[in-house]
Amino acid sequence: MSAKTGSETGTSTGSGDTNTTGFGGEALRRKRLLGKVFLGACFAATMVGIVALIALLIDVTVEAWGWVTWEFLTYPPSRFAENYNPANYGSLDTGPGGIYPALIGSIYLIVLTAVFTLFLGVGSAIYLEEYASESRLTQFIEANIANLAGVPSIVYGLLGLAMFVRALQTGSSLLAGALTLTLLILPIVIVSSQEALRAVPDSMRRASYGAGATKWQTIRNVVLPEAIPGIMTGIILSLSRAIGETAPILMIGAATSMFAPPRLTQPTDAFSAMPMQIFDWAAQPQGDFQHVAAAGIVVLLTILLLMNATAIVIRNKFERRG
Amino acid sequence: MSSEQFDLTRENNDVGGLTDRFARYVFLGCALVSVVTTAAIIVVLINGAIDFFAQVSLVEYLTGTDWSPLASDPTFGVLPLVWGTLLITVGSAVVALPVGTLTAIYLSEYASPRVRRIVKPVLEILAGIPTIVYGFFALSFITPLIQVVFPQTGTFNAAAGAIVVGIMIIPMVSSLSEDAMSSVPDSLRNAGYGLGATKFEVSTQVVLPASLSGILAAYILAISRAIGETMAVTLAAGMLPQITGNPLEPIQTMTAYMVQVGTGDVAVGAVGYQSLFAVGLTLFVMTLSMNLFSMWIRSRYREEYQ
Repeated sequence: MSAKTGSETGTSTGSGDTNTTGFGGEALRRKRLLGKVFLGACFAATMVGIVALIALLIDVTVEAWGWVTWEFLTYPPSRFAENYNPANYGSLDTGPGGIYPALIGSIYLIVLTAVFTLFLGVGSAIYLEEYASESRLTQFIEANIANLAGVPSIVYGLLGLAMFVRALQTGSSLLAGALTLTLLILPIVIVSSQEALRAVPDSMRRASYGAGATKWQTIRNVVLPEAIPGIMTGIILSLSRAIGETAPILMIGAATSMFAPPRLTQPTDAFSAMPMQIFDWAAQPQGDFQHVAAAGIVVLLTILLLMNATAIVIRNKFERRG
Repeated sequence: MSSEQFDLTRENNDVGGLTDRFARYVFLGCALVSVVTTAAIIVVLINGAIDFFAQVSLVEYLTGTDWSPLASDPTFGVLPLVWGTLLITVGSAVVALPVGTLTAIYLSEYASPRVRRIVKPVLEILAGIPTIVYGFFALSFITPLIQVVFPQTGTFNAAAGAIVVGIMIIPMVSSLSEDAMSSVPDSLRNAGYGLGATKFEVSTQVVLPASLSGILAAYILAISRAIGETMAVTLAAGMLPQITGNPLEPIQTMTAYMVQVGTGDVAVGAVGYQSLFAVGLTLFVMTLSMNLFSMWIRSRYREEYQ
């Protein structure tokens, strides 16, 4: 029936102006309906992502409600779920359970990773943007970086295990973790630093050369100061990805639970990090550990939020006007 | 040589102090770290896999349907692990590809700039949440939801893993597809409207085909990401390597097996430990070929618009 209507409209429009008022009446209505249904589907699909995010945040908040306390932040973990429950704090003989060593471990891990990526990432970007000509080598390096970005994070864990932990004898240490995470986020840092360097107008470089500066003087005194805010934004965003990574540090043998935090002056210390600790809690069968894991997630997400906010503030503060 | 132009600046001659002469090589060294990383990944994986295949035949590994590395008489048939990974990947693609594509169409064709300004950062947040958090979300929210509909479902099941990985890769599909759709020039859309097409027809019959290569590349990258996804599937889908068509059963993916070894269930130095590198190599080959395929599609079928 509907197909027939369609063909009839086709002939009536084809034959000319005899039927202008009835032009496509039925077919047009169907088309409009179809368009509305499609728009509805598109809108509903968009809502799926948003609703999922809201459900996730509400789920974590509800599970963690009342479990994130000052004691949770400042005490080492415990084997017993009761020790984490704020209601039991008064009647414990061992002290409350918390996330402290993993929190400190994560912060130190990120500090070390930041130092390594700052040098390697910015150095690579400077070479690719300022020194390299459009040679085969450059193309190869850039294609290679694009491919590295698609390697699963757990494979970087295997690399760290074989190269740092075993071959270079670092053990399952803070140093091995930081080096592994550095290699993991290096492709993202290089690409974002390249963009920051590219945004420096060429006229500034020309002015510097015109004043007799050498290449290195130009990079150090003109290009880098101008690009630093963009580079920092990219590095902080990459680090906020690194701090949530579990698989690589799990493969190099980071501890699921540590009772003392590592020391930054001793990078060969064994360590735990927040994602490892959360994994350990979430995998525990007893129901109450779900609340503890959720409390850990709240701490992790809060730190992520702070890092992202810092990146946005830097970007807005130094954004070139005009 | 009769050159008309003299470069009197010091841009291209490295005069000056030592730093000036060495800076170039220091930075080149940094850039080569990423090349060395790739080489090291390949060497490490192949080296470990050679040790493994000295003890387990390649045929048994590739065709065996029983993966029990912890048994007294261990067998290493990788197919159950590959099956688990495929189940998660297909399931997550069923969730993420339609949802991601429709989201991209909405953002690129229908949404007002104001809506776009709100929705895009929200999707970016979704992309920035650590995978371990998604694993927790699957255990504490999605599995109970599945259990309401199918009460016999256990704590660990493939469906929850697939759904949560699907949610995780939605932002990837939608943002890459939207980039492809936004790069279709307005003149094509206007030509469609000029022929009397409706917005729906322009979106599905002009914009969609014109940006197909970018969308396909996005799909493949997202699927590759789902194959390599680790923590969420480990927590949600369980540790039971088996070939099953029932998504409500627990399974084990390749990545989840690696986590199992990594958390110390298998003795270091044993063949079980070496299997880590064989499975890692399998995973690496799968994701790398998908990524290269995605790059090839994008460059081969790219439409250039002025």
